[in-house]
Amino acid sequence: MNATVNAVRAGARRGLIELRISLTTTQDILGYVVPTLIFVVVLLFMRNGTVPGTTFSLGSVTLPSLLGMGVALSGLATIAQQLTVDREDGTLLRAKATPHGMLGYLIGKIILIAATTIVGLVVQLVAGLLIIDGLVLTSVNAWLTLTWVLVVGLIATMPIGAVLGALFDDPRALGFVMLLVMGLAAISGIFYPITALPGWLQVVGQIFPMYWLGLGMRSALLPAEMAAVEIGGSWRHAETLTVLGVWAVLGLIVAPIVLRRMARRESGSAVERRRQKALQRAPF
Amino acid sequence: MVAVPVARTRAGEAPAEAPVIEVADLRMRYGNSDVLTGVTFTAQPGEVLALLGPNGAGKTTTIEILEGFRMRSAGHVRVLGVDPAHGDEAWRARLGVVLQSWRDHARWRVRELLAHLGSYYAPYSTRQRPRPWNTDDLIEVVGLTSHATKRISQLSGGQRRRLDVAIGIVGRPEVLFLDEPTAGFDPQARREFHDLIHRLSDVDDTTILLTTHDLDEAEKLADRILILAGGTIIADGSAEELSRRVAAEAEVRWSLDGQRFVHSTHDATAFVRDLFAAHGDRLTDLEVRRASLEDTYMAMVLAVESGRSELAVKTFGEAMR
Repeated sequence: MNATVNAVRAGARRGLIELRISLTTTQDILGYVVPTLIFVVVLLFMRNGTVPGTTFSLGSVTLPSLLGMGVALSGLATIAQQLTVDREDGTLLRAKATPHGMLGYLIGKIILIAATTIVGLVVQLVAGLLIIDGLVLTSVNAWLTLTWVLVVGLIATMPIGAVLGALFDDPRALGFVMLLVMGLAAISGIFYPITALPGWLQVVGQIFPMYWLGLGMRSALLPAEMAAVEIGGSWRHAETLTVLGVWAVLGLIVAPIVLRRMARRESGSAVERRRQKALQRAPF
Repeated sequence: MVAVPVARTRAGEAPAEAPVIEVADLRMRYGNSDVLTGVTFTAQPGEVLALLGPNGAGKTTTIEILEGFRMRSAGHVRVLGVDPAHGDEAWRARLGVVLQSWRDHARWRVRELLAHLGSYYAPYSTRQRPRPWNTDDLIEVVGLTSHATKRISQLSGGQRRRLDVAIGIVGRPEVLFLDEPTAGFDPQARREFHDLIHRLSDVDDTTILLTTHDLDEAEKLADRILILAGGTIIADGSAEELSRRVAAEAEVRWSLDGQRFVHSTHDATAFVRDLFAAHGDRLTDLEVRRASLEDTYMAMVLAVESGRSELAVKTFGEAMR
């Protein structure tokens, strides 16, 4: 059997095992439930508000936006965090010590992140649908749009998240980066239409994938006439694909270089050094 | 300059008598400090080598260079005929690595992880060396059968270490690197580990390079002991050879008319001959004890650390020949 094909299969098995572990570990289950609870509370507060200039519920607009933000966060933040943790505990070095182990590791990670993103999305969507109405989920078109936005969104964000995880060795430095990623939500029109922001901030917001993920999700789940309140009065699918596509290409070019450099520097003493640092940080 | 041995062409095609590990004048420099100033040794197929040395002597650095995890500054290094700096995945598949501190895959179960990591080795299976090791057999060999379905985070320190060893050998490596494998083992686990090492080297013809601080362990396990100090190998030989070369003084103990005597001498044989000549049958409980490996080791390392490294290398280096 070809060793590369074998490693791809091993990686797929790895992703499924890690998914099963994630879905049966209390800590991880809380990781799905707690954001969903926050999500529900936010929606409950917004239920009675309306989108400026319409009679449409603000909550109904925020639900798909939050789903978009969720995809961006797991593609950028979760993968970066896991990479840092996996480096600190030696998981990555283990992969390096195994023939084609890095390939298996990456495939496993992609499957895991994609699957947990979908699980999180479904949980939030179901919870949201119970308290919000006005969403259109009955058409095939809605599901198709949802699917491509999700897939393109993951391809656009995961490589960038991996680069962030590879560049920041120290979990605290990474924490700062994560704070910035969260800050993106404020200028990406997630909780309030982006058109309410000053023009230059709108431009900044539209550079990053989070805005387009929110827009894409709104285009999938909201009635067509709601496009009127968006920039340009349109769902701008072509622009969504372009911006996310540029991020994807950029990420897929840079990520292998950065990841290879990261892997090359992995050694037992590097793991040990990080362990010592972590021990110093840990309060006793 | 040290003569550099002719590079073997390709892993697997090397002749049977080719050394598995070849290191010549290996140097490593971090910034301005030289950690390794010229390390030279070889390992033959099936040999067990123990690398001893004080903390910070460069044992881990040496092992990491051989594993291909660290780039060297200079020198000639071949493992299975391949330069570790350019080892490919097929080369990697023939290596086993047990590092000092793994905490990875804490949420996985023992059996699950061994089966998973083993699966990467399947394409490299050969008639002589079926890869990977059967998971349940391997779990039994390292004594983890009753913990096979446990989460790895629930293992004790010693059990975790045994799992690390199991992962290191899951691909039936031709060369196995172990960095302080028995740290945290209780005496029974240590004994079982020693049996496993003997089995690997005798039955599977695995070449093993291990570092340890336990001199007793080195003496029990290793065919050859290398002492790394002052950035270079100051001694290379069996435990017996080393102590014979270094410790000139042997200790003779005997009883005479119910009284115990002790005497240190350079020539134990001549001394004992004289004893018999003088006391004949009245002599009892005769014991001749050479310096232990510990005595040898301490003498050598102290010599290096007190700045007499040149002398130490000159004196003890003879053990190599």
